[in-house]
Amino acid sequence: MIEFINFYLFPALAIGSVYALGAVGISMIFGILRFAHFAHGDLMTLGAYGVLAAAAVLPFNSVLLVPFGMVLAIAAALIVDKVFYRPLRQLPTIYTVISSFGVALIFRSLVQLVWGSQNQVYGSGGVRPPLIFFDTIRVSALHVQAIVATAVIALFLHVFLSRTKTGRSMRAVSDDPELAEVAGLDTEKVVRWTWIIGAALAAVAGLFAGMDTSAHPNLGWNLLLPMFAAAILGGIGKPMGAMAGGFIIGLAEELSSYPWIGDQALISPSYKTAVAFVIMIVLLIVRPQGLFKGRLL
Amino acid sequence: MTEITGLLFYLVSVLIAGGIYALLCLALNIQWGMGGLFNAGIVGFFAIGAYTSAILSTPETAKHLGGFDMPVFTGLVGAAIIAGVTGWAVARICVRLKSDYLAMASIGIAEILRLVIVNEAWLTNGSLGISGIPRPFGEYASGRAADIVFLAYVWLIVLIVYLVATRLYNSPWGRSLRAIRDNEASAAAAGKNVEKFRMQTFVIGCAFMGVAGGLSAHYFRFLSPSATDPLLVTFLVWVMLMAGGSGNNRGAIVGALGIWALWSVTEIFTNRLPPEWATRSSFIRMLLVGLLLQFVLQKFRAGILPEKSPPLRFDEEANGPDRKR
Repeated sequence: MIEFINFYLFPALAIGSVYALGAVGISMIFGILRFAHFAHGDLMTLGAYGVLAAAAVLPFNSVLLVPFGMVLAIAAALIVDKVFYRPLRQLPTIYTVISSFGVALIFRSLVQLVWGSQNQVYGSGGVRPPLIFFDTIRVSALHVQAIVATAVIALFLHVFLSRTKTGRSMRAVSDDPELAEVAGLDTEKVVRWTWIIGAALAAVAGLFAGMDTSAHPNLGWNLLLPMFAAAILGGIGKPMGAMAGGFIIGLAEELSSYPWIGDQALISPSYKTAVAFVIMIVLLIVRPQGLFKGRLL
Repeated sequence: MTEITGLLFYLVSVLIAGGIYALLCLALNIQWGMGGLFNAGIVGFFAIGAYTSAILSTPETAKHLGGFDMPVFTGLVGAAIIAGVTGWAVARICVRLKSDYLAMASIGIAEILRLVIVNEAWLTNGSLGISGIPRPFGEYASGRAADIVFLAYVWLIVLIVYLVATRLYNSPWGRSLRAIRDNEASAAAAGKNVEKFRMQTFVIGCAFMGVAGGLSAHYFRFLSPSATDPLLVTFLVWVMLMAGGSGNNRGAIVGALGIWALWSVTEIFTNRLPPEWATRSSFIRMLLVGLLLQFVLQKFRAGILPEKSPPLRFDEEANGPDRKR
């Protein structure tokens, strides 16, 4: 039991919070701009490397340097939207999807050009002792940070979306763009905020994912499909649903290799990532609106 | 003199790879250009074809499944069949999905296939890969002569696939397909079975992708999971088709050759860069291809050879002796 909590549950929640933070952005972009943003994973990578660059200069804990990653990711997202996505907005969305594929490649090759393609670790890279609760529960400090940070962000995001004017107009555009436009909402402002929030959360997710293992140029791309799965599971255009979806996908992935029956892992850990894909594909067929009644494109 | 022969054989290698890309482009053109299906998992079907053909044609070994020691051509037919069957299974599940969702699902499936290839060592020899894959007519030619034989072999297959694709495009089947692509609702109202047409399109495209995969295995004579690197192949093929002109089979071939030539020629230049930049040259090329795609999408959407629907032949059909319906 203790082993289950220490080696499966907490890592699952930690990877789940990474998925959750990434999926929020994907879900919001999908809901408001109506296309699947395939460069979102690489936006995470950019955020992770932004922190890495700051950590090389400033002697602080990497978690405190996350604003540098956020700024880099937000700037990249806004530029890319202005230069590459906006000219295609009047066309069928599939062109924007193709364009975002190209943007993913551009982001990744930029990261490789500037920082090289080897694995890089944050800080000293040494193994830090885990936090110990009640003598038996051992959790890595990073996992606690990730889970707590995600919870706090979820709270702020909820307040933002339900209490502020900008947040409410974002939800309005996501629910019914024509009606929102007729009602006089500033769509461009909503789009801008979508990118800012999406990119900022992607940077946080990228940092935690990078700190958990190491930063490398494929970091975000490898996480992209579980995040899509999470966004669909939560319902497109439902940020809180995407959060929940992220945790569910994270739990499903990690717990699938727990020896539920007998001594063997239920599903070999090398197929762990396939679990998310299978969930995603089943969802797309059976319940594409997700658990929380998201929109259907 | 040696420089000229060297250049000649460099050209041969570029044309062989270009031919394989041309096949992939033609296959994607059937799926996307004619049918409007967004397949982002090209590399998955490419890999299935590569492994099928390799396993069927290598001599018997304990390292991976078989070694069935069959002729190369049988291997390629097998590659088409297995890739087509996989495409059929995928299409059964995914073909109803709208474009963005189909993109996600197809990437997911390509990724699952990659995991299977890496992990199931009994089938594929895992990360060590399959070696000793024969070339067609390998016993009659060796060295550089073999490359020329292979070049002819590849382009013969490209020609066959091109003729098939053109026939498909001009046929009533292709016309229905384009009708579905351009307006699904009205095609369905006209009594076309949208789902069935899409299934057929997807399967045919996947089978040709499998053949391309098989050819690449025979070309390199060695196959490892790195051949299934998800991004580059899929992405390059998309750029090629977009630049060449989606919906136009000749455009697909021109796009494949053009982009591949660009990709190869830049290699010559980047190899002369100072060493600290030369190691990063492939990233610069990727960056440029990414930018090229954005340019094509914004300013040049129809491609080099835009789609041209075949002329309607009402008069001929109405007056001709053999009126066809």
